[in-house]
Amino acid sequence: MEASRRLGRLERAALRGVMVREVVNFSSFWRSSTFSSTVDPTIYLLAFGFGFGSLVSTVAGYDYIAFVGTGIVATTVLFSGAFPAMYSTFVKYEFQHTYDAILAAPVDTEELVTGEALWIAARTGIYGCVPMLVAMVFGLDPSWGMLLVPAIAALAGFGWACFGIFIAAKAKSIESFSYWQSGLLTPMFLVAGTFFPLDALPTWAQVLGNLNPLFHCVELVRDAVFGLEGWKDVGHLAFLIVFALVSWRLAIRFMERRLIL
Amino acid sequence: MTLSFGSPAGLHQYDRMAEPPNGTYMTSTASRGGALRGLPGSRAVSLQRDGLESAIRMRGFVKRFGSITAVDGLDLDVPYGTCVGLLGPNGAGKSTTMKALTAQVIADEGELEVLGYGLPGDSKQARAEMGVVPQLDNLDVSLTVEQNLLVFAHLYRVPAGEREAAIERALGIANLAGRRASKVDELSGGMRRRLLIVRALLHQPRLVLLDEPTVGLDPQVRQELWALIDLLRSEGVSILMSTHYIEEAERLCDTVTIMSHGKSVAVGAPHGLIREYAGSEAIEVYGPPARLIEVEAVARARGWRTRRTGTSVSVLHSNGAADLDGERRVTNLEDVFVLLTGEEIA
Repeated sequence: MEASRRLGRLERAALRGVMVREVVNFSSFWRSSTFSSTVDPTIYLLAFGFGFGSLVSTVAGYDYIAFVGTGIVATTVLFSGAFPAMYSTFVKYEFQHTYDAILAAPVDTEELVTGEALWIAARTGIYGCVPMLVAMVFGLDPSWGMLLVPAIAALAGFGWACFGIFIAAKAKSIESFSYWQSGLLTPMFLVAGTFFPLDALPTWAQVLGNLNPLFHCVELVRDAVFGLEGWKDVGHLAFLIVFALVSWRLAIRFMERRLIL
Repeated sequence: MTLSFGSPAGLHQYDRMAEPPNGTYMTSTASRGGALRGLPGSRAVSLQRDGLESAIRMRGFVKRFGSITAVDGLDLDVPYGTCVGLLGPNGAGKSTTMKALTAQVIADEGELEVLGYGLPGDSKQARAEMGVVPQLDNLDVSLTVEQNLLVFAHLYRVPAGEREAAIERALGIANLAGRRASKVDELSGGMRRRLLIVRALLHQPRLVLLDEPTVGLDPQVRQELWALIDLLRSEGVSILMSTHYIEEAERLCDTVTIMSHGKSVAVGAPHGLIREYAGSEAIEVYGPPARLIEVEAVARARGWRTRRTGTSVSVLHSNGAADLDGERRVTNLEDVFVLLTGEEIA
């Protein structure tokens, strides 16, 4: 490749470089990361599945353990997508100055953000399946549609990773993450149809729930496992794609503001 | 040349394919002509692109942060194959200037060109052909020495077939081959700094930016790093180095740009600047405050320049005035800096 030709955007070589850095670093902390990303949702699954499950046998026509076991995939996506992105991004630019080193190489902010989000998405695709596999041990019937779940989790994970990077880029201090977590992420986590169906909520909450990417992730995973529902699921998929695209551009825009003075 | 942490032969192993004709450069490390060839007589000329004399060309560079003007109309040239120093105290605008050269700072005004590429538009191409040693240690501390180099071999796009050799060369230069499996947080400050430098050399850059490369290091380690920088220069690598160590600039730089409050106040070879601004000899007069005031008055009356250094007054351009009772010493770049800016440098 001749240097006289302007290097393009989103080059594979740059994305690979960023992802190699992530993979090599991951080799030093994969145990703790995997533990927190899979055990937390599994505890929720067991607590709700057996706690509420003893009071409620079926919800929306499904066994409660199956209802939660599929819905909890979205929770895992949030836990292993948004949160690592928020904290690792903030630490890397504020304390480790990692991005100064990467941006001194032939890598642009767009490639930096994309590479890091893709790696988190790949992890999320795998982690997302763990509670579902646990649910299978407790009675969730296997289905071919489950093979789609890693892809759905990865797509949603990419969106949440980008959203986490966007939050980190906006944050003035790591303490300010509390506002995002308590004010936005926790309500979204609860009003996503994971533990109870949205139609049990007031209309205004249902409307808000429909704007929640986690809800669309939950619905798409459930339909993949129990049977796809045509255009309805196309709508859920479209929502997740738009969420991922919007979060991606927001993350790039605000990281550029943060990193390029 | 004695290089205590690595053999010069390590650098000479940076043998590369001949430069393509017509100044056409390849982004592949294997095909990029130039630096660190280790070939006698190849210096500078082989690093030059057709029609270009400077690895860095900066004209009227201005950068403001809110109401503060960090750099105010800076002109800077780094001719191919030379080492140029940016000398100035903290806050002079050195780091802002360095970051502008990697497009991590975008100029408000002015023209910037690095290795013939206009910035910020073509910064990525320029970064593919240069190495940057930052002021702050930003190594991945939880990774080993070798893993750090592997990551940056990827980021600098060293081709797969050359990656292992590039890492071995870097380990050899840094004299860290025996510590390849050590985690960075187990290394001494000097070792970390050496790793930081060779990390920037993995792709055999034609230009190296060194931002305060020896700040915070003890004198022995500083000497080791000076030997490496000197060696890079002798191999034809163009170098821009910011520093606030006078001795470092005098020792390593072909030319120096003295910065103060974001402006260039003098440009030239260190010894030329010393001769021009401070003369060849200074008389250091010690005494109580009243005596120093008296000496300053005498010097002023005779048209000589003076510089207060705490308990003494340095009288410059006095041509060895016999009637002044004091210690004779050779002038230095610090005299020039203080005369030009009115500030002590460190």
